[in-house]
Amino acid sequence: MSMPFYVSPEQLMKDRADFARKGIARGRSVVAVQYADGVLFVSENPSQALHKVSEIYDRIAFAAVGRYNEFENLRIAGVRLADMRGYAYDRRDVTGRGLANAYAQTLGTIFSSGGEKPYEVEIFVAEIGDEAADDQIYRLTYDGQVADEHRFAVMGGAADVVAERLTERHVDGAPLRDAVSVAVAALGHSDSGDRVIPVEDLEVAVLDRTRTRPRKFRRLPVAVLTELLGAREASEPEPAPSGAPESATESSPEPTPESGDQPPVAPPGDPGEPLT
Amino acid sequence: MSVPVAGSRLPDAFLTPGTSSFADFLGAAAPDLLPSARSVPQGNAGDLAPHGTTIVAATFPGGVVMAGDRRATMGNVIAQRDIEKVFPADEFSCVGIAGTAGLAVEMVRLFQTELEHYEKIEGTTLSMDGKANRLAALIRANLGMAMQGLAVVPLFAGYDLTAEQGRIFSYDVTGGRYEETAFHAVGSGSMFARGALKKLYREDLDESGCVTATIQALYDAADDDSATGGPDLARRIFPVVQVTTASGGRRLPDAEVAAVADTVIAARMDRPDGPAAALT
Repeated sequence: MSMPFYVSPEQLMKDRADFARKGIARGRSVVAVQYADGVLFVSENPSQALHKVSEIYDRIAFAAVGRYNEFENLRIAGVRLADMRGYAYDRRDVTGRGLANAYAQTLGTIFSSGGEKPYEVEIFVAEIGDEAADDQIYRLTYDGQVADEHRFAVMGGAADVVAERLTERHVDGAPLRDAVSVAVAALGHSDSGDRVIPVEDLEVAVLDRTRTRPRKFRRLPVAVLTELLGAREASEPEPAPSGAPESATESSPEPTPESGDQPPVAPPGDPGEPLT
Repeated sequence: MSVPVAGSRLPDAFLTPGTSSFADFLGAAAPDLLPSARSVPQGNAGDLAPHGTTIVAATFPGGVVMAGDRRATMGNVIAQRDIEKVFPADEFSCVGIAGTAGLAVEMVRLFQTELEHYEKIEGTTLSMDGKANRLAALIRANLGMAMQGLAVVPLFAGYDLTAEQGRIFSYDVTGGRYEETAFHAVGSGSMFARGALKKLYREDLDESGCVTATIQALYDAADDDSATGGPDLARRIFPVVQVTTASGGRRLPDAEVAAVADTVIAARMDRPDGPAAALT
């Protein structure tokens, strides 16, 4: 095979974009939802130690999909930038917009520079204000594009399927309990039927403006999640071809151990396979 | 390099993995922001800036109380009447600072950021001893300034979630770190405050008893040390009192502290030297 001497810039960028997109579509989705008291993040993440959702600053949180080492690097850079700004100026001078800009510039430069491999990540930066109208969710893609999202946003995995389900079910200004149920159900939704994601495999966190402390980020532990989600139905009207013939009601947190009629719960820790 | 301007790419230092210490990161990325990295011209600068004075802390079963008076002095002048010298360091610890007020407040801000930074990066909080050692490192870095009269001497206290008790640490200007049992005081009025606490402190004091004991101690410090401010009845300025227990730290509301201070003062109208301890 002969070496091509010339690659058009269009082709070069397309190749890099395809490369990054493929990396991001592996693994599972992350959902960010605006609810009555702030912004809710839900992701399917069997690991208790490697987080996809994290705190950046008082009112700012970070969520990411893609390669762990790359987005972890960006997260730490974000914490450093926020803490440095807060220390040099004041806590109020740390804004989500500034952080999103810094990320966009960084991702954009790396994507278009020939020397570095593009980051295979997609990021949400969310910031809450004093009222729901001031809440912001920014979506940053591997090439440094920034989008301002409203109501809800989904990235990674089968994002479009989950987003479609959320479009149908999302209610503006819903309380936390409803928002968590809708988001968790949407994450388990796929064209081939619905799964009940075990509560231990969920990573859920909120930016909650009703917290009295200045730091508004809070992770929801399994006990709280179990209480919030209550009993969940495994199947939907849509017939699921791969199992779950009748609604196998799950008594949280443990799924009913009926091995044959189990809803098709993916084995934990297989983010290598695409969902669809 | 200083703080990156908006709209620029994150500098390489931000994306380099390594330290989870904010002070170490600043030292590499923006050393001009560190209080210890500044050079001060030769000579004694101690008289140039206000000094904070007395801080006391005492443990009780289930927590620890720290209280600080509100005075800052510059030589014989009262520089400020309502300065705050006791700060929460994080949810389960607090720090009070005696010494050069400007540097002290900056060091507290650095220490607060340091603890929060570690927590966010590592996903877990530092142990109580870890926090105490980090503070020692910050104080040690300030030794050069201390030798030119700009000393900062903190008192660190908090609730140790592992040991399930309140703990107190004192420091010297070289960064020496010493764990204290029961109670301790730092600053110009500390020997009088410590003397008072020796007589007033009981191991079985409850939270409110412990708060009263620290306020009595601050009263005694103000009684004998001109640089320590007593309760200011005309302006209603009372000590800052921080209580840390297993459920976190909180600053007592001014009204609560005022009520305790009023009781203490009323009793001193009868006996100006304060409550009498038993002889045997």
